[in-house]
Amino acid sequence: MGQILTTGAVLPLVTLIAVLALGGYFLARRRAMISAGGDSRKLHSLPSYYGYNAVISVAVPALLALGIWLLVQPMLVQSSVVEMIPAQAVPEGSSVNLIMSDVRRLAEGLDAAVGAGAISDAEATDLTVADNLRAWLAERGVAIGAEVSPEVLQAAQAYREMNALGHVGRNVFVLLLALAGLLLAYRESHADFRARNRVENAIKALLILAASLAILTTVGIVLSMLFETINFFSLHPWTDFFFGASWAPNFRGDSDLSILPLLWGTLYISIIALAVAVPIGLFAAIYLSEYAGPKVRATAKPLLEILAGIPTIVYGLFALLTVGPALVKIFGRGEDGLLGVDWMSGATSVLTAGLVMGIMLIPFVSSLSDDIINAVPQSLRDGSFGLGATQSETIRQVVIPAALPGIVGAVLLAASRAIGETMIVVLGAGAIARISGNPLEAMTTITTRIVSQLTGDSDFASPETLVAFALGLTLFVLTLGLNVLALYIVRKYREQYE
Amino acid sequence: MKDTEMLEQNVTNHPVKIAARNVQVYYGDSQAIRDVDIDINDKTVTAFIGPSGCGKSTFLRCINRMNDTIDAARVTGDIRIDGEDIYDKRVDPVQLRAKVGMVFQKPNPFPKSIYDNVAYGPRIHGLAQNKADLDGIVEQALRRGAIWDEVKDRLHAPGTGLSGGQQQRLCIARAVATEPEVLLMDEPCSALDPIATAQVEELIDELRQNYSVVIVTHSMQQAARVSQKTAFFHLGNLVEFGDTDDIFTRPQDPRTESYITGRIG
Repeated sequence: MGQILTTGAVLPLVTLIAVLALGGYFLARRRAMISAGGDSRKLHSLPSYYGYNAVISVAVPALLALGIWLLVQPMLVQSSVVEMIPAQAVPEGSSVNLIMSDVRRLAEGLDAAVGAGAISDAEATDLTVADNLRAWLAERGVAIGAEVSPEVLQAAQAYREMNALGHVGRNVFVLLLALAGLLLAYRESHADFRARNRVENAIKALLILAASLAILTTVGIVLSMLFETINFFSLHPWTDFFFGASWAPNFRGDSDLSILPLLWGTLYISIIALAVAVPIGLFAAIYLSEYAGPKVRATAKPLLEILAGIPTIVYGLFALLTVGPALVKIFGRGEDGLLGVDWMSGATSVLTAGLVMGIMLIPFVSSLSDDIINAVPQSLRDGSFGLGATQSETIRQVVIPAALPGIVGAVLLAASRAIGETMIVVLGAGAIARISGNPLEAMTTITTRIVSQLTGDSDFASPETLVAFALGLTLFVLTLGLNVLALYIVRKYREQYE
Repeated sequence: MKDTEMLEQNVTNHPVKIAARNVQVYYGDSQAIRDVDIDINDKTVTAFIGPSGCGKSTFLRCINRMNDTIDAARVTGDIRIDGEDIYDKRVDPVQLRAKVGMVFQKPNPFPKSIYDNVAYGPRIHGLAQNKADLDGIVEQALRRGAIWDEVKDRLHAPGTGLSGGQQQRLCIARAVATEPEVLLMDEPCSALDPIATAQVEELIDELRQNYSVVIVTHSMQQAARVSQKTAFFHLGNLVEFGDTDDIFTRPQDPRTESYITGRIG
């Protein structure tokens, strides 16, 4: 028992809480049954609810307290130990952080040695610098950056002491909390106690927690990008980023980092992709929802949606190995080409990436449009047929206009996918940042530049790396804006028929 | 008050507009209509009454071949409008529907302006020579739909923004705009409140001047108020057909009597 109270490990404590919770389950259930004279019909809730209530009362506060303690204790210990290291103890060219990591490693090495039985606890406390600790610890697999100075040893001993104290305090506090929860739940377990409501509230709290985690993560991602972007703008003028004309990162510094050529490439490729995907997807949706019989529909729709399941890297390969060379064959190679022109030199181009991305977006557009067209009430079609309109007239003049807001929403969603798409453009679009109207030239996009700025050795203090975050944030704002607009339009449209 | 007016009109019997003989309708394997023979007069309101699922709407939809839009439906027998077999191979169902207008249970204005709703049919069928012509057609249709005064100042407002009763009268105006000879109405008042219902019923009575009107209704009071002829359907059979007055006062068939006195249905 004494061991459990002093150990720094978490597992025994958690096990103990679990045992208490399990015991609480049976105790609380039994007490509730006894209070009802053994007749479960007289209980407010089913007997197991009293048990679950006990489990929640024991485990939730104790585990929460444990979690918070695990986060807070290292921070408190660290900050109080840092104060013990005098400024003159920090050697030239080193920093207090490096010293602190030595302190931590020394303290943990000593703990490990005590744990393995190499020295006793008292011996560990009495060690002095003279004992040649660095070599002694190195034998046991603990590496320390510099010779152990008296200040470091002193700090390490203080670190150990405070941690040991913290562990005891933690274990006692958490166990007391668990026991208090058990006692409370046991006393509450009475025939009239509304255990079911309590348990269901706890389930509701869990669901709320899950929902807020998803939202908080989004906020966290945005904030982290925002801070890095602010860092970037403190190192690089924002006027160059937004209004400059060229993208020429140079890892020796003094780079041109303007988003405009990348934004142009992104938009150009997206426009070509939409020009491919919107007509084909929309026509496919019209055929599937208005003309196709149930059998055709049942086979064609899943087949079309298989396209949506292909990983984008495979589309990228398709662009690089099939579409690109095919385009070169048509538009390039001079006399050997199909058109006898030499307009295209390499397989990577805006057109290559745009065409393949368009193919990728077809199922996206068709599936959304199909749902939207199906949502147009049959009564409108009947009304049109009843006036002597043909199916084609009905589709063109009634169904599509009625579905148009939703279709616009679908197209905007597709556009935001196109703008954020990475793998196809990495492989298909090329790596040259330029503003040009020729779709047969290689260009590059925001996403590919983020990839290339962050892969390889990156120094997270240089503007050439940090620009990736500014690019990412711009992209995020762009796609978020499109998504919000699309959802707004789609939602407004849905209300029309409800 | 109105009943007596109609009785006077009943004296003059108009020529037969729609003649149906031996009509059977199947939905897949089940038969929805069996052996229906009926003669529907021109410039007369004919009501189809009967309990839910008796086939009255199905038969109504045979008259403009709307059942063609349902894959599983199959129609046999003979339906003639002005002596011409509408199920003949040479008849284009789309052309037929321009001649036989239809108003549906729920008001279904298109999500377009009031003007475009009414102009929809005339535009499709090329009824107007020019813009002024079309304006005239729209105005006349809206006047016949008894809604002109309410909407003349906002013809370009969306049709979906009107009240339920106004929407239904707009749909009637829309059907009238294609200059049909027959107007089919499938429970046109079931989604309307009593005031809107009264307005639409009054309109139906006026429409009788120009068209042969066939109305399906669940309300026997409505059938008695607006129609000159009534047909009672039960379980897919046409049980009894005759002058409205006779059906409601001297029904020949015990099933008709049970239905109108509320014992079945």
